[in-house]
Amino acid sequence: MTYLSAFIVGGIICAIGQILIDKTKLTSARILVVYVVAGVVLASLGIYQKIVDIGGAGATIPLTGFGYNLAKGVFRDVDETGLLGAFTGGFKAGAAGLAAAVFFGFMMAAIFKPKAKK
Amino acid sequence: MAEKHIGKQTVFLKNPPSIKATASFVGPKEGKGPLKNDFDYIIPDELWGEDSWEKAESKLVREVFAKVLQKAKLTNDKIDYVLAGDLLNQCIAANYGLRETEVPFFGLYGACSTMAESISIGSLVVEGGFAENIVCMTSSHFCSAEKQFRFPLELGSQRTPTAQWTVTGSGAVVLSSGGAGPYIKHITTGKIIDLGITDANNMGAAMAPAAADTIFAHFKDTGLQPDYYDLIVTGDLGKVGKQICQEILKSNGLDIESRFNDCGVMIFDAETQDTHSGGSGCACSATVLAGHIYKQLTQGNLKRVLFVATGALMSPISSQQKESIPGIAHAVAIHRTLN
Amino acid sequence: MKKSFTKDQYSKYVEEVSPKSKLFTNVLKAFLVGGIICDIGQLFINLLKSKGLDSDAVSSITSIIMIFLAALLTGLNVYDEIGKFAGAGSIVPITGFANSVVSPAMEFKSEGYVLGMGAKMFIVAGPVIVYGICSSIIAGIIHYLIT
Repeated sequence: MTYLSAFIVGGIICAIGQILIDKTKLTSARILVVYVVAGVVLASLGIYQKIVDIGGAGATIPLTGFGYNLAKGVFRDVDETGLLGAFTGGFKAGAAGLAAAVFFGFMMAAIFKPKAKK
Repeated sequence: MAEKHIGKQTVFLKNPPSIKATASFVGPKEGKGPLKNDFDYIIPDELWGEDSWEKAESKLVREVFAKVLQKAKLTNDKIDYVLAGDLLNQCIAANYGLRETEVPFFGLYGACSTMAESISIGSLVVEGGFAENIVCMTSSHFCSAEKQFRFPLELGSQRTPTAQWTVTGSGAVVLSSGGAGPYIKHITTGKIIDLGITDANNMGAAMAPAAADTIFAHFKDTGLQPDYYDLIVTGDLGKVGKQICQEILKSNGLDIESRFNDCGVMIFDAETQDTHSGGSGCACSATVLAGHIYKQLTQGNLKRVLFVATGALMSPISSQQKESIPGIAHAVAIHRTLN
Repeated sequence: MKKSFTKDQYSKYVEEVSPKSKLFTNVLKAFLVGGIICDIGQLFINLLKSKGLDSDAVSSITSIIMIFLAALLTGLNVYDEIGKFAGAGSIVPITGFANSVVSPAMEFKSEGYVLGMGAKMFIVAGPVIVYGICSSIIAGIIHYLIT
């Protein structure tokens, strides 16, 4: 069942993105920004946790999940260390993803070349 | 006392320069399109042995320059000027492509209207008696244009239905005084026209009013009728822009539909090549003129052609600053014979 | 010309004559591909959980694997083809984020490893980090003030 709910929740989140692209002509960079901020806001309001509870990876894999992760990290650190946590929590929570993107980005770009589209 | 200037925007060339030879090289995708048999050479891949898209585009310019000279049976020292430009920042494709030619060089920027711009200025120079032979040329490259104006090639984004496909290639013509034709008889120089389009994926719509304005001015200045020409051909309006241009002219009482076409529509098969609204880029009009249209003219299938290359005069910076896209179009009337 | 458009009239007219995106099929494709990508993530989550890892480690490792796969597919010139088909379906997942890091890094390698690849790696994805971090800090400050 987790696969079905992940598929549906993840699919819906992506489908909303497609509607935004086709209706508002937002570029993909803007879509990503909108999604990460939306994730932070929805997580702060306690809404995104419910979506994660239902959708699992369907909610954490989309970029809203990255925003949710940042917010969760910040809240945890604020609760532990006070105001300092607002500054340390985000990068700590996003560390794995960011480091992986930089490292694999570097590796792949060093190895491969872009190709013309057909 | 500008006796050769007729109307507001047009000049009449009393001693019309003739097109001595043309050359056109295109990329692999253009080489699978409907006009594939009209080009001189189809490069095997987009890098063509170079290590960047920009260098590949310069190589296109270099090789097409050599080819057009060979076809005109001329050597570098017989060329008085070369007029060239392209889409890349500071026109580096032309600058580097022509670096070793040792021919006096004027760099032009007219975005995708560069072919008509260079022929316009080249014709004036030849007709004015300032030069015997001039090479007019331009280039564009799908990958270097994507990189500069849009997104990295490997970014997984979708193209909208109005988007156009930048033609990879380069086209050149040699203009000479005298000669056996085809001849450049009229030049109508366009104004910058901006009706507020901001969507960089709808260039056709941004340029269509400029094309319509220049075509209208040409007929007004010369007193000719559209049926005087066998073909009125715009540069890269694409399917969407072509229709808009036609409609604007119709609402102004000028019906060109029966003889109207667009190089961006002609160069690709939109159904099978997934090019959406059609081709674009400097090389779109340049290669179709130097390849297909020139062939038709010399074979006698076309007798009079009004060639209207269209350009969008924005930059990535102006787009990011939310500026709209100004358009321009220059018209060149090409006649097979002097009559 | 005698009859010409005002800017407002023209943009309305262009809107009318320009072909529209096929919204329904595009949304359906985005839904399907997005759903599949999330299910691949779910597969790794379930696998890692069954190895007895705690939930933080599971989500971190899953992110790393998904980002690696997307980076590899970008390098192999495959991800842009998926993106052409799926649109938001492959932009919105974290794999799309990885693609937006790798693709400019590849594209600008021709301008050198430091000022090309190194500097331009984040021209598309950089704003995500800027806005993600800034909004999370603001959320954290608010959280601090109200608790």
